[in-house]
Amino acid sequence: MTTTSLVEALAGIVGARHVRTALPERWTYSRDGLPTHRHVPGVVVLPGSRDEVVAVVRLLAALGIPFVPRGAGTGLSGGALADDDAVLLVLTRLNRILKIDPQNRVAVVEPGVVNVRLSTAAAPYGLQYTPDPSSQTACTIGGNVAENAGGPHCLKYGVTANHVLALEVVLADGSVVELGSPGGEPWGPDLTGLFVGSEGNFGIATRIAVRLLPVPRAVRTLLADFPALRTAGEAVSAVIASGIVPAALEMMDQSCVQAVEDSVYAAGYPRDAAAVLLVELDGSREEAVAADADTIEGILRANGARGVVAAADAKQRERLWLGRKKAFGAMGRLSRDLVVQDAVVPRSALPDVLETIGRIASSYGLTVSNVFHAGDGNLHPNISFDGRVPGLRARVDAASGEMMAACIAAGGTITGEHGVGLDKLRYMPMIFDGDSLAAMRAVRHVFDPDERVNPGKVVPVHACREWSGVRNAEWGVLAP
Amino acid sequence: MSLLDRVRALLGDDAVDVAATRDGVPRVAPASPDAVALLLGTARAEGWRVRIEGAASWLAADAPADLALTTRRLDKIPAIEPQDLSATAEAGIGCDLLRQQLADRGTWLALDPPGLAGRTLGSVVATATAGPLRQGFGSIRDHLLGVTFVTGDGRLVQSGGRVMKNVAGYDLTKLEAGSFGAFGVIVLVHLRLRAVPRADRTLALEGSREDLAQVTDDITAAGIQPAAHELLSPALARRERWTLAVRFAGSEALVSAEEAGLGAATGGRFTALRVDEARALWTHAAECFAARPVTFRIGGLPESSDELLDLLQHQVGDEWISASPGIGAIRWGGETTADRLRRLRRTLAGLEVPLTLERAPWPVRAAVGHFGAYREGVGPLVTGLRRTFDPGEAFVVAVEGTE
Repeated sequence: MTTTSLVEALAGIVGARHVRTALPERWTYSRDGLPTHRHVPGVVVLPGSRDEVVAVVRLLAALGIPFVPRGAGTGLSGGALADDDAVLLVLTRLNRILKIDPQNRVAVVEPGVVNVRLSTAAAPYGLQYTPDPSSQTACTIGGNVAENAGGPHCLKYGVTANHVLALEVVLADGSVVELGSPGGEPWGPDLTGLFVGSEGNFGIATRIAVRLLPVPRAVRTLLADFPALRTAGEAVSAVIASGIVPAALEMMDQSCVQAVEDSVYAAGYPRDAAAVLLVELDGSREEAVAADADTIEGILRANGARGVVAAADAKQRERLWLGRKKAFGAMGRLSRDLVVQDAVVPRSALPDVLETIGRIASSYGLTVSNVFHAGDGNLHPNISFDGRVPGLRARVDAASGEMMAACIAAGGTITGEHGVGLDKLRYMPMIFDGDSLAAMRAVRHVFDPDERVNPGKVVPVHACREWSGVRNAEWGVLAP
Repeated sequence: MSLLDRVRALLGDDAVDVAATRDGVPRVAPASPDAVALLLGTARAEGWRVRIEGAASWLAADAPADLALTTRRLDKIPAIEPQDLSATAEAGIGCDLLRQQLADRGTWLALDPPGLAGRTLGSVVATATAGPLRQGFGSIRDHLLGVTFVTGDGRLVQSGGRVMKNVAGYDLTKLEAGSFGAFGVIVLVHLRLRAVPRADRTLALEGSREDLAQVTDDITAAGIQPAAHELLSPALARRERWTLAVRFAGSEALVSAEEAGLGAATGGRFTALRVDEARALWTHAAECFAARPVTFRIGGLPESSDELLDLLQHQVGDEWISASPGIGAIRWGGETTADRLRRLRRTLAGLEVPLTLERAPWPVRAAVGHFGAYREGVGPLVTGLRRTFDPGEAFVVAVEGTE
């Protein structure tokens, strides 16, 4: 089939206005939230219903054409990018909230529903969808499922996987499978859990049932400032060891604080602090949350906080959070380009790893700002740079690699919530041996034997081949 | 060379339990993950059929096989990290020993699986058998940071890690949890821990099932967030009538406030149990299931809990039941037949409620299967995954029944 006839066939399914072929239109979809990867898709198609998704996928299966599912494109790993030999399947038109069942605290949504919209829709019932990535005003729940997205409040409430009950999935061949059940108990092995976080490699979720939780009746938000990054890291360990689980425990370093305070998102963070911690406690009982907040304040002060301020009202709380959630945007002030890194270390390793990251940045002459989910040990070192400066991208790449190696050496991993995508492929062999990578690839083949869905992501094929060639053959994994 | 001689040559004399098993199947106890891999690689080459055992106190050690692979010697705890609230333990460690060692370091694994105290960690993970604490702390998978397992052809595969968040690669940990060993022998488990709660209190209320269902609604409506909220049948609770047991765990402030909230929402009808009474209640409720020949779990919507209990009462009786009405999960224990289980599974499937057979004598397991009544398209995926992880069909696991 020629490109022209493919486009005509796609237009026959979704309507001509929902198929994008002109280069400027396709260029729009050539990046996600990470500026270091650009891939221009061959064709962009925007189905408007589950049946259209099925028809498009069946057409592409018949033609053997690879495709990449994409939500709002806010990902930070290059995971939703397609090459010019692939079709980009954009799911933002599947944006209906199909059901909110307040009695059972369940919602059913299409994949293109923007994260925050679900909580807004559930609010009249006193419920919310708890996973809250910083991009929640733009990112879609389908994308959250693909990446197993986290967010500040995942410390207490868990990541996306902890909230997904059931999925309707369109596989690579266009067949439809139902995973999980409305109550969350799987029909057999936990394929829902396996699917969440598979970065689109296993198919397209067209219907997603999620758990809703009551909006907390009591909330306390504390802002603590520290004279040293290490002290703040040590305070995090002390809070965790107390047995009180905050809803969120976030850290920002001085560079990040100053970027926020210089921006329209200025939150009143102390500019001279080496680091600030934003700690939120919530629950159903006002008196319990207040008492726990007092305990945490004492712990923070005992562990070196210069000051601890409690948000006086909802407005101040919102302002404190706006600064945190828009910190990545505020960093746009520091330089033209920004690489948002993502790694996780054991919480007790935070002080040492933060110092190591600082040393790596200095050795490469780079500006690094840290804003991250400290309670989970989920680091986000952000490198600000000007990509037009010759050689600078290579330095950023090399520094990123050293930071990943430092996190792995500390017992950590290369991504906690952004996914592997394209960006972290090269690091996968640093944490998984050849057999484990080959096993992942073999699992992928159960869902997508030809590796046509989001090709070239998550599992580095060369690592499977070079490091485990004979075993790959035994696994039934064939060289492409 | 006989099978046992081959095993002795591979793993040494002490890996073979000469006393063997009740059904005469030789029992092999590898002492390391590498030894498990060596054994299963050989099993694949020789065509041996292998059944997996832990302490054999939960799932009956009765599946027909050429050899029984027990994880009993994989009983080390390589790491407990109180500051990180994580631990790494081998799969054959008994839950009681693990719990004790964790407590000594001020940490707590918020799991209370059914069965005897010495059940192995691997058994709990492989069967995903969560207890009443699933209400407040989630199912088994929510406590796992990663696992290492050995496939049916002897490959060591690692998944996840030992940090709190991890999306590097596909989540094979979730696939392993609750797969009953169909995809591999779990040898090492990385666990998410909590600090030992400063306060841990249980309150109980006896009444008719209808009365307690109303109380449950009141608790939910009041926004009370218990660690456990369990409806226990009279036999299970060793009381005259059904018992609603509510457990709070956390800081003293939290537990006191929740207790007060419970009192306000239910008119002060609950009675606080002493520490020894609470321990006896929960322990007995857990251990009772190990004494029943058949145990299964079903998972519906919270609103349907009462209807599901009626259905169970009608089809298989309701003598041994532990239900978490706040989340729609029910565990049933007792005696029943394969035909009744099949019929019940079909009826429940019509209500979109899965039934997972947790334990039963082999003839019943083989006939009914741990799983069944798959939704559209699930069967071929499960078959494909089994072929991937156990290409020689070495593992004797009744994943699906014969119907």
